[in-house]
Amino acid sequence: MYRQKYLFLLPGLLVLVAIILFPLLFTIRVSFSSWDVYNPGLDWIGGENYGRLWEDARYWQALGRLTLLSVTTVLIQYVLGFALALMVWRDLAARRLFRVLFLIPMMTTPVVMSVLWRTIFHESLGPLNPILESLGIGAAPWLSSAGWAFAAVVIVEVWQWTPFMFLLLLAGLLSLPNEPYLAAKIDGAGPVRTFFSVTFPMLGAISVGAILIRLIEASKIMETVYVLTSGGPGTSTETSSYYIYIRGMRDFQIGYSAALSLTYLIIMIVALTVIAKLLVRALVKDAA
Amino acid sequence: MIKTTLRGAFAATTALSLIASTAMAEDYTKYGIKADVPGTCSFEAIDAKDYTGRTLNIITHAIPVIGEPTALHAQQFQELTGATVNVVHVPFGDLFQRIMIPFQTQQAAYDVLFHASLWLGDFSPFFAEVPAAYQETSGMKSVTDTYRGVSLVDGKLLQYPMDGDRHYLKYRSDVFANPDMQAKFKEATGRDLTVPATWEEYNEVAAVFNDFDFDGDGAPNFGTAEVTKRDDLMFSAFISRVAAYAKHPDVKGGFFFDLETMTPLINTPGWVRGLELFVAAQASMPPGGTSFGLGDEIFSFGGGQTLMSYSWDDAFIQAMQADSPIRNKVAAAPLPGAKEVWNRTTGAWDTFETPNQVSYVTWGWSSAVAAASPNQDMAFDYLCFFSNEANTMADLQIGRFGVNPYRAEHFDPAFYQNDLGWDAAVATTYADTLKAVDSAPNQVFDLRVPGVGEFMSSLAAGVARAQSGEATAQEALDGVAAEWTAIVDRIGKDKVKAAYANVVALEDK
Repeated sequence: MYRQKYLFLLPGLLVLVAIILFPLLFTIRVSFSSWDVYNPGLDWIGGENYGRLWEDARYWQALGRLTLLSVTTVLIQYVLGFALALMVWRDLAARRLFRVLFLIPMMTTPVVMSVLWRTIFHESLGPLNPILESLGIGAAPWLSSAGWAFAAVVIVEVWQWTPFMFLLLLAGLLSLPNEPYLAAKIDGAGPVRTFFSVTFPMLGAISVGAILIRLIEASKIMETVYVLTSGGPGTSTETSSYYIYIRGMRDFQIGYSAALSLTYLIIMIVALTVIAKLLVRALVKDAA
Repeated sequence: MIKTTLRGAFAATTALSLIASTAMAEDYTKYGIKADVPGTCSFEAIDAKDYTGRTLNIITHAIPVIGEPTALHAQQFQELTGATVNVVHVPFGDLFQRIMIPFQTQQAAYDVLFHASLWLGDFSPFFAEVPAAYQETSGMKSVTDTYRGVSLVDGKLLQYPMDGDRHYLKYRSDVFANPDMQAKFKEATGRDLTVPATWEEYNEVAAVFNDFDFDGDGAPNFGTAEVTKRDDLMFSAFISRVAAYAKHPDVKGGFFFDLETMTPLINTPGWVRGLELFVAAQASMPPGGTSFGLGDEIFSFGGGQTLMSYSWDDAFIQAMQADSPIRNKVAAAPLPGAKEVWNRTTGAWDTFETPNQVSYVTWGWSSAVAAASPNQDMAFDYLCFFSNEANTMADLQIGRFGVNPYRAEHFDPAFYQNDLGWDAAVATTYADTLKAVDSAPNQVFDLRVPGVGEFMSSLAAGVARAQSGEATAQEALDGVAAEWTAIVDRIGKDKVKAAYANVVALEDK
């Protein structure tokens, strides 16, 4: 009698199919084709692309590099974001101004921000090396040495996305009840003890959420690498997304890059699910 | 009868004169040209066409390089013919796919396409041949054989030439002529300072003039600026450095591949030697020079930071800007050569008394009309108008437009001297160098085959590995050779070979 009620779900379902399911199913189909610059279309080559991917050392190296980059940047962002949030949480003059200032990097377009940082890091024309030299630290080969280039990417990522952590953790701090702090004060807990026994545990759930969201975003890093280093020197800053971009958009290997993308997606889903479970177990008090 | 005929002839003559005088009265200099040049696609001729109610869709590069003249001439074409002209500007990184995807999905999204000429191997099945009428225009007739050649596929003109690019050497003529610098070089090397004739000499000069203030402006200078950033056209710089060692003047049949077998030659000793010298030169580059993109190279040499450079026109033009600190202190020369050249036929190095110099005709923007376009007549008129003599001479004077010499008259030093105000010596070395590249007996061209993006991407990744010390030159190029073999197998040996034969034909002419 009321079966027509399901019709009301139809618009939403159609949108879901159009924007999520169709591209996903199409990508899966494309990944089993040889679609490239000379063989357009959806022929069927079975798992050839996946077999090729298995032997593609550059892809797996890029994935390993991405893991290191994501974990490093997100950890630093979390620590810095937490520190900044604690700083403006309570007794700080002009804290509203600081809150807005801290958010500016996040509001900048990544490509524009990367171009800006590339200029800053420029070893001949940029301002950073002269500043370091005037401080007696000495110039660094920011974009022309493997280790420094990796560090440069980390710095830019941390600079841009720490505000995101800051925002989430500050929202969490502002929502905390006052009673546990009163109790801690009555018990004679100092600031450090209060932080580790009250603040940090109570922000466990928000911390997990913030870290996971940032890990998901960090795993897609593309613009920063593209503009700052183009994956170099050598392949030292080449991440999975950038490698897939090269194969798909530069080399126009549509079928192969679809296989790379899907494999990457599956690995990310599995990895992030495991990480989420571990983080919940470690950080959320009543997780069990 | 005679009277009637005469009267008729008089009337006709009067009418023609009136039409002509009306047309002559039209002042086209308002479009920024010096004067209209009569011809098939002159302002006057295009003005006479009526495309009212029709729409022309153009895809081009972002502003300013090529994108700006595309938009400028589109606006003019629209005003002259009444057509509606839509111009889509696309960043370089997206241009290939934005053109290719409509082609592959059989959509006539664009009538006119501006693209990198080396993509011809991928795009040629989708381009319309330039009609004979346009090939007979005076503008097209003066395109040099080299730039007409890069637009041909199996004898068919598929690209409409509108730019000419090549690599050549640029250097600071004031430093080379300075007696103190000459003495310093002699003391360091025991030989006279000369414009490098070989890449070994280039590296030697760069090393001596590295990291000291050779022009007395208070800032340190460096030996060489080169495009070294992996995905920023570095492959072209590498090919420039390799060609002299690997393109033997007496060995025909392929530079990148052996045309017979389609075996990559990329890891043969000539290529390896070139890469070793490319890697060695890193010691004479400015800070950050090992990750310089084209923009960095342009500003490094063009801004007076480095003694030498080699690539396209941009850095030279930058150096010759009115506000440049090194205006008229630069000169051009053909790329350095090699006294030892790998002979793949004998499997040995051949020694040359006069260095083997190879000109590298690389890149260059080009244009074409889509075979699926329903507006081919209007599209070819637009391209013909874009590159008419008046427009081209005006475009050549604006560096940011990215239009570089490609017609015989563009190699006249008087143009650079009179219209751009260059010193006679600079104008002469520039024009003579371009002319020499154009007519060089030993030339190398880009790999215009299907999948060129993949081939060059693989090459750049391999070279970058050697540059960063991840692999030796031989190991890096062996890896590239293996990848190239796999790419050829995947695309199809016959397809790649057929396209490559066109390139080899140009090189072996």
